[in-house]
Parts: sequence; structure tokens; C-alpha cells
Amino acid sequence: MALLQISEPGGAPDPHQRRIAVGIDLGTTHSLVAAVRHSVAECLPDEQGRVILPSAVRYLAEGGRQIGHAALAEAAIDPRNTIVSVKRFMGRGLADIAGRDKLPYDFVAAPGMVQINTVAGVKSPVEVSAEILAALRQRAEDSFDDDLFGAVITVPAYFDDAQRQATKDAAQLAGINVLRLISEPTAAAIAYGLENGSEGLYAVYDLGGGTFDISLLRLTQGVFEVVATGGDSSLGGDDFDASLAEWALLEAGLDVATPQDKRAVLVAARATKEKLSSADHATLACPLASGELSVRVTRDQFVSITQALVARTLAVVKRVLRDAKTDKADVNGIVMVGGSTRMPMIQSAVGEFFGQTPLTNLNPDEVVALGAAIQAHALAGNAGGDELLLLDVIALSLGLETMGGLVERIIPRNSTIPTARAQDFTTFKDGQIAMAIHVVQGERELVSDCRSLARFELRGIPPMVAGAARIRVSFQVDADGLLNVSAREEGSGVEAAISVKPSYGLQDEDIARMLKEGFATAEEDMRARSLRESVVEAERMLLATRSALSADGDLLSVEERADIERLMLEAEAVRAGTDHHLIDAKVEALAKGTEAFAAERMNRGIRQALSGRRVEEV
Amino acid sequence: MKLDSDDFELFGIPRLHTLDRAALDARWRVLQGEVHPDRFAVEGAAAQRVAMQWAVRVNEAYQRLKDPLKRAAYLCELAGARIDAENNTAMPTTFLMQQMEWREALDDADSSEQVQALADEVASHRRDALKRLQSTLDDAHDPAAAAQQVRALMFVERFASDLDQRLEALGQ
Repeated sequence: MALLQISEPGGAPDPHQRRIAVGIDLGTTHSLVAAVRHSVAECLPDEQGRVILPSAVRYLAEGGRQIGHAALAEAAIDPRNTIVSVKRFMGRGLADIAGRDKLPYDFVAAPGMVQINTVAGVKSPVEVSAEILAALRQRAEDSFDDDLFGAVITVPAYFDDAQRQATKDAAQLAGINVLRLISEPTAAAIAYGLENGSEGLYAVYDLGGGTFDISLLRLTQGVFEVVATGGDSSLGGDDFDASLAEWALLEAGLDVATPQDKRAVLVAARATKEKLSSADHATLACPLASGELSVRVTRDQFVSITQALVARTLAVVKRVLRDAKTDKADVNGIVMVGGSTRMPMIQSAVGEFFGQTPLTNLNPDEVVALGAAIQAHALAGNAGGDELLLLDVIALSLGLETMGGLVERIIPRNSTIPTARAQDFTTFKDGQIAMAIHVVQGERELVSDCRSLARFELRGIPPMVAGAARIRVSFQVDADGLLNVSAREEGSGVEAAISVKPSYGLQDEDIARMLKEGFATAEEDMRARSLRESVVEAERMLLATRSALSADGDLLSVEERADIERLMLEAEAVRAGTDHHLIDAKVEALAKGTEAFAAERMNRGIRQALSGRRVEEV
Repeated sequence: MKLDSDDFELFGIPRLHTLDRAALDARWRVLQGEVHPDRFAVEGAAAQRVAMQWAVRVNEAYQRLKDPLKRAAYLCELAGARIDAENNTAMPTTFLMQQMEWREALDDADSSEQVQALADEVASHRRDALKRLQSTLDDAHDPAAAAQQVRALMFVERFASDLDQRLEALGQ
């Protein structure tokens, strides 16, 4: 649908040529950045040629920080200030973090999201994640020797609204324009689907360092449709390490007390686990304050220690098949994603369950980033005619609290996004003039068992008898899976709306402050960045309008066309200026002024699509 | 084809309860291919907003059309027969008796086999009732009678989802 844009001879170069778009896999244990170069998706290496960036950030007493390999190397000696697996804390409160007493951090309870006290001050998981993202952005910009246009960032399919919002906030903090958040299994399916030219129903089993996802996708002629998805946002390779560590300590009769010991035994367990993927037995060994730990483990022992974890993943797989109203026999192929699927017992358990050998021909560490890069390439308008369409779903139901602490579900899980749904509610008491609206996410009946996303109030309802007011609450979920809620009393027209920002919600001032405090990306002035973003947006809008006029200008009357051209001239006139607010205002005016035209073009596009394809039948 | 076209017009399919599901799915993918916001990622904010509205509208229609009960309710409403389930709860005695029997059977069931057997019975009842409903709409063209059948099926549907939840709870 997007028209190819050709610049005038001698005019400004086509902005397409400088649209560097990347895919970022922000993982629990490691992160990657990939891009499509010469029509092939590839992971971008660092200066030493390594594509994997360990998701580790170490804060230093003298200021500054180490990121990635350098941080990970110090994790055992400085565990308190070396944050690993920060993804598990994104959008999570202190109470949500399972096994936090086994972790070496000094957690600080904060409204909405837990924080961590380090030698460099209190850090939120959003800030820590932003450090990792900023490092990847830097790597991409160094690779292309150009500014980044935008990125597709992957999140576990099972991430809820708070976790998605936190991820988006981290990207903003790192100065990255998020083209789209997409689910990790979906990204993997893109990479696999395009690689193998597959059609049919595919299951993507994604066991990462800290999260587990299972998605069922239907692939039809370049359309990737997520049929159902499920998972556990706190189950991953880390849990296998922890189970093994706990077992070994019990065997040896030793205890861990210090943060150093806690980290050391987890690191040793992880190394042992990795060895057991190829060897029949291994020895888990590390020095502890309470003595020397050294325990021999066979692969069979490891299998039995962790079988409950494997069973947990298969229970989720069964539920997703039930949700999709499909049978495991209908699945054409199973794609394995995530480093943890290297464990042989995972591959055999999944293969046994589905009755077929899972696909493992792409590197499970890289496949998610590669898929994200392909989608980023398409969203930046670089893919030309290679149409690829992603139809994703929300993994968790969205609802409201009603009387008695019960949840009224508004949007059920596995609804295709974008989506919107409205429901009418009424007042409980005579003369009630306000209504408290509490938005929750989850599958349980009781509000207390679901995740609280936001609260807001609709005020100014005219006093009426109980049950007479009609309050329509509308939920809208965008293509990133993020929610907006609005409420309106239909009789009086009183309205209230909220963008569901989790309660930790980073304000613009917070971001400015973090940038000022010497954040990794803060070399450039905030204002310069805003100005550049505004100018890019203005150029994009002008170009899009110009090509829309030349393609479908016949839809407009002479006056309508003149109005649009006047708005274009006004935007053109301020574009070279330095006032980004003024540019934004003119661009917004142009957007508003062309909305009716955009709607007409959409009508025409749909008419053409349906009439054109009715004959050949899709 | 407008944003306010009815669901059947939007998908270009006959206004009937009888449905070619494969054709509906294919049409949905074609429509999303035209209207999805990702198709307009490099165009301006105006195109994005319009695309969002359209994509939401197409998904809404698809959800309604692919679900046999929702599709029936929608056909009734289009034909002027209100469903109005909240205010219209009068049901025949035999139907209410059966509902009570089912509820009691669920209360008494304590194994997932027993719940599953009940679920199978309810599913079979639902299939038959949907067949009758389709005939009321497409053959008898009697929307008022169909609306009554829709209301009855809404009870069955609710009970079926209670059964699902119970099964899920027993499975864990």
C-alpha cells in the first residue's frame, strides 16, 4: 500500500536511503541487535566481533558504569552493583519477585516498580535496561556510521501492559524511536517463516533466560497471524540454575549467606547446566565462605531435579492449544527459540509432546533479533514490495473492577490487536457523582488475583437515582499491545480518559533529569534531539502528503486541495526553523487537515482490494 | 465500503448465518493487509489514526462474524429484533430445569472426568441449538424467534465457560 517515493532530480535525497532500522532482542541474560543489510538480516557484532551483549550493567563507585561482557566479568566480585537479569524486574513490584532473598541485590520498594540500591544511587529497572539499549544503539550507529531511524524491540508474548510500557520507556530513555514492540515468538516465526517459505500452523516454544512463551501462529502468504499465546513471565533458564544450585548446596550440606556466595553458586550452576547439554556428567564447583562446594551431577539427576519446571512449560502449551481450539496433531512444525532450548531434555520433552522433531536450524540466540530486524526493515519502508503483515494478539485479558472486588472482562486474551471494546456501567448509589475506575489485567475472577494497571476517576456525573446513569467505558489496545481507557457518562457527556501508564510512570521531567545526570546517551542536548525528531517528522509528513496528493488527488475538490496545500506551505515554512514546538504544531495541523483525505484514500484502497481479489479469490 | 458499513458489507459476504469460514478468514487477512497501521508506518499521523480506526473496526467485525452466537445476535439486531438480554430473562420452564440440572451436576462433580463428561454434553446441546438457530434465521426468516434462541444460548455459553474454568482449575 505504501507508495514508492522518488525524489526530484537534484532535490533532497530520498529519506528512505538513510532510514537505518534495527531489531533489538532485549533478553534476560543477553541482548542482540540485528539489521537487514543487502537484503539479508544479520546480527551486528561489537568491535571484538561478538554479537551477544550480556544483559549486565555494573555501577561503579567513582561514577560511570560497565555494560555487557565487562560487567559480567565482575559479577562475582561485585554482585551487589552488577545488575543481571534485570528484565525480570521490569514493571514488577518488590512482592512480585520470586526468590528475591536468593538474589544479591539491595532492593528498594517503590510504588509500581521495584528499584535497586547501588553504589551509584537507586536505579530503576527501566534505567538499567536503557543502559543496555543505549549500548546496542551505539553499536548500530557505529556499524552504519549514521543515526538510527528506529527500532523494533521484542518483548515476551506474555509481558503485561506494565512490562511493555516499561520496555518502551527504557527505549525512550536510550533515545530510540520505537517503531513497534513485537512478541519474541512472533519475531522468531518471521525469521523461520521467511527462511523456510513455510505455510500452516506453527508452534513457537521460547524458553529464554527468565521467561517462557508459547505461541501458535498461522502463516499464510506473508501474513503472520498469532492464533493464541501464553507463557510464564517468570520461568526460564535462571530457574534451572537456581534449582540445580539449591540441590547441590543440599547435597553438600553447605549454606550461602553473602551476596558473593549467592552469585558464585548461581554462576557455577549455570556453567554446570551448560556442560550437561553435551556431557553425561559434570561437577558443580565453587569456593564459598562456608567451605569448598564440589558436587558431581549426572544428566539424569539434572533431568529429575528440573522436571517440574519442564512440566510447567508443557501445562502452558496445553492451555494455549485449548485456547486456540486446536489439537497438537494440527501443528505443522515446532520452532525452538531461546538459549534454554539447547538443553537436550527440553528438546526431547517438546518433541515427545508434539510427536515430531522440533526445528532448530536457526541459532536460537539470534533468531528473535533477526525476525525483529526484518519487521523493522519493513516498517521503515525499506522493504519495497515485500509485503509482510503481522497480526498479533494480547496475551492477557483486560478488565475492570466491579462491586465486590470482581473482574468484569472487557477484552479477552488472544484478541487480535489493534482492538477496542466498550461496555456500559451504571452507578451503585442514589446521587452518586463520581465513579472510580480500576483497570486490571489477568485471567482470574478476583481483582486481588489480577495485576492492577491503573486507577482513575470519572467526576461530575449529574446526581441521579442508582442505576440511571449510563457510563460507557472504552478500552483501546494499539498495535504495540498498549492500552488506553476512557470513560464517558452518556447523558451529560462528562468524560475522563487515561493512557494506562503504570504507576511508576516516568514523567518527562524524570527523563530530562536522568539524561542530565550523565546517562550513557546524554552526550547530545535534549533540545537538539527534539528538534531533529520534529524535523524528521515534518519531512516525513510532507513527503507522505505529496505522494498521497499525486496518487489520489482526484478524490479532493478544488477547495479541499487548496486547504491541504496551504497547510503544507505553512509546515514547509517553519521546517528550517529552530522552534520544535512550532514545527510540531504545524505538522499536527497538517495531520488533522488531511485526516478526511486519508479516510477517503483508505476507502478507495479497500474497495480496490476487495473487488480486485474477489475474482481470483484469495 | 465505509467505516460504518455493517459487518457483512464490510467483508463482502451474504447477510446470512450460514458462513464459509475459510472465505471469511481469507477476507479478514486481505482487509488487514489494507488497513493495518503497520502498512502506514512511514506515512504521517493522519494516516496512522485512520488506519488504527479501520483495523479496530475490521477486527471487531471479524470477531463478531466468526462467532456463531454473536453473528446470530447481530443478524437479529440488524433485522430489528433486539436481544436485550439484561431485561429479557423469561425462559421456558423446561430450559430452566435443564440449566438447574447442569448446575447441580457441576456442583457435585469432583473429578476432571466428570466435569469433562458434562462439558461434552453441553457442547453437543450447544451444537444442536446452533443448528436450529441457523435454520430459524436463514430458512424461517424469523428474527424474533431467533432472538429468543440467542438469549437461551447465552445462558448455555456462560455455563460452558464456567465449565472451562473449572477444568482449568482441576488441570493444575
